[in-house]
Amino acid sequence: MSRFEIGDRVRVARAFPPGHVRTPVFVRGLTGTVVRYFGHFRNPSELAYGMTGLPELSLYQVAFDMDDVWSGDGAYAAGDTVTADIYENWLEPAEDKKNAA
Amino acid sequence: MSENRAISDIGGLPAGPIDREDHEPTLVERRIDALMMLMRAKPRAFWGADENRRTIESLTPEFYEGSAYYQRWVTVMRRLMVEKGILTEAEIEDKLAEVRARHDEGGAK
Amino acid sequence: MPHDAGSHDHDHDHTKTFQPDIKEPTEDWEFLEIALRELLIEKDVISAREIADTIEAWDQKTPENGAAIVAKAWADPDFKARLLADGNAVAAELGYKIEGTKLVVVENTSDLHHMVVCTLCSCYPRPILGIPPLWYKSRAYRSRAVREPRAILAEFGTDVADGTEVRVLDSTADIRYLVLPRRPEGTDGMSEAELAGLVTRDAMIGTATAKMPDGSRA
Repeated sequence: MSRFEIGDRVRVARAFPPGHVRTPVFVRGLTGTVVRYFGHFRNPSELAYGMTGLPELSLYQVAFDMDDVWSGDGAYAAGDTVTADIYENWLEPAEDKKNAA
Repeated sequence: MSENRAISDIGGLPAGPIDREDHEPTLVERRIDALMMLMRAKPRAFWGADENRRTIESLTPEFYEGSAYYQRWVTVMRRLMVEKGILTEAEIEDKLAEVRARHDEGGAK
Repeated sequence: MPHDAGSHDHDHDHTKTFQPDIKEPTEDWEFLEIALRELLIEKDVISAREIADTIEAWDQKTPENGAAIVAKAWADPDFKARLLADGNAVAAELGYKIEGTKLVVVENTSDLHHMVVCTLCSCYPRPILGIPPLWYKSRAYRSRAVREPRAILAEFGTDVADGTEVRVLDSTADIRYLVLPRRPEGTDGMSEAELAGLVTRDAMIGTATAKMPDGSRA
């Protein structure tokens, strides 16, 4: 059972927890689109300290428009994207209607 | 948006041209790579990838930025071996002294 | 008296892939490797044989493995479909066992060009491609790939049309991505072995495209 479907808009938490995390700073606080669902995996933030990492978390590939990330300050073309593989505990449904059209 | 940025979290930071010069891994590098895999894989599984990563993330920025890739790996392996009780710091220091002494006498490889 | 396992290349049989390193250790970290290995062998945590076997096993993992997979996918549409649906299972069919990570093969098309990076460390489909190149692990690639992909592609001499979306995949979790590059023009009728010869490591990372039959870039 997956919280999100392919095509859902999701917002990455703008959070800075202590310790080991695998959500890169460059996507935090941003809104992207779920493009793939990979299933359940143990929580790396807990595995990093010798804990079991259970219960497993859903893992999603989320795509972000380069312009949403860098506002033009980069070397890319309009429409280029960057994806990150993000665990569900970093994601909330987003309210923007970007993909509604 | 850079508060609490781990030293390894560098996506999007400025950097220069990519140096595409490569070399075949040296024997020492291959041995470090092999040792790392033997420590982490079953049946030993002394520690996992995420423990490796958080140990790398605990290095100082100066060391992280100034060190070679396998230099970081052998450094964190040392820390994790001590943390997990596989070796002690004293044993490692004693052995290092012995290895260096052998080398200075012309015998170590 | 501890057995001198430092020069372990004299301890047991060598395979032909094992190149003795005549370089003397000079750096602290090289001495540390010797010290850790000798201690672990003395304490029977590990054996010199296992280290040698592991080195040899990884020496056998080269981009040729990935190229064989790509060539088969180009030649066989059913294989390609199954590969894209379940990389681990299909790689295992060809004898490439992957445990602990999920292999996801992503297909380049005229609309979409993928480029893979691990900004946080150096995650790479090692069971398929072997040890990653130094540049892949470099700060410059890891920091710039997600922001300046078209500049990097230009540095690598790779053309991607403006109308083709460049998608950079940051391997932040347990997924390992392998790019299935576009099959070059003029390769109809080539055998799988010939097709595999066109597939470079960089094409499977996404910083390059596959080679044309005449040796130039696709």
